[in-house]
Amino acid sequence: MNAFDFIEMKVPAKSEYVGVIRLSTSGIANRMGFTYEDIEDLKVAISEAMSNAATHAYDEREEGEITIGFGVYSDRLEVMVADHGGSFNLSKVKDGIGPYQQSESIESLREGGFGLFLIDALMDKVEIKSDHGVIVLMTKYLHTNENEVGLDDDQISTTQ
Amino acid sequence: MNINLEVEVVEKESTAIVLLAGEIDAYTAPKLKEALLPFAEQKGILIEVNLEKVNYLDSTGLGVFISALKATKESGSELKLVHVQDRVKRLFEITGLDSIITIDTTVRGGK
Repeated sequence: MNAFDFIEMKVPAKSEYVGVIRLSTSGIANRMGFTYEDIEDLKVAISEAMSNAATHAYDEREEGEITIGFGVYSDRLEVMVADHGGSFNLSKVKDGIGPYQQSESIESLREGGFGLFLIDALMDKVEIKSDHGVIVLMTKYLHTNENEVGLDDDQISTTQ
Repeated sequence: MNINLEVEVVEKESTAIVLLAGEIDAYTAPKLKEALLPFAEQKGILIEVNLEKVNYLDSTGLGVFISALKATKESGSELKLVHVQDRVKRLFEITGLDSIITIDTTVRGGK
């Protein structure tokens, strides 16, 4: 139904690539028409998720990859950050994802201190899945032209 | 756009002025910590961190300032952040850290 562009990037799970993805995020958000403040929020949130993923990958494997997916919709940007390196299976990710709740997996995400708290504070919607590695799905709505969009829970449609 | 971090320290008597330029994230935060902690662990020093040219900071940066603050409390020194840009200051406010770290925003940031 809802047509969108999907951008996928894969980088080594190393902290030096956090800034690189931050620049990419900035570019995508800028092109979409996000405000300056919203772009800054997005940059922080995605960097936090990346830092978490890099820490995770570091702990569990010698070398890993982080996959970042950008879902570019007309009214919002959805960003997925996964620390297992595999490509996203969109429908699978969507099925397994739930609202952010206090649980074990969150504890491990919190090792960055304020990381997840900031993601939650700066994004409109945050979901975490932790079956295979950790996937953070974040949404930020475009608030231009007052086109406040109703939250339908079918956020990701798999058109591939 | 500079995604790296430049750290310059100027020592004057019992004051250490730390001039930062760039972005503080998971990659650059260790460099900042390395520069900051030796001063924070010294007795009776004022550490003034100038963030005027820092246009990005995230929780890794907040973490470094928290450990520096803890170290100064133990050593009887003082940590002060000056010339903090609005968008950077915002993160201190959201996390409530602005209530425990001295932040001077006489020069407002933003380009």
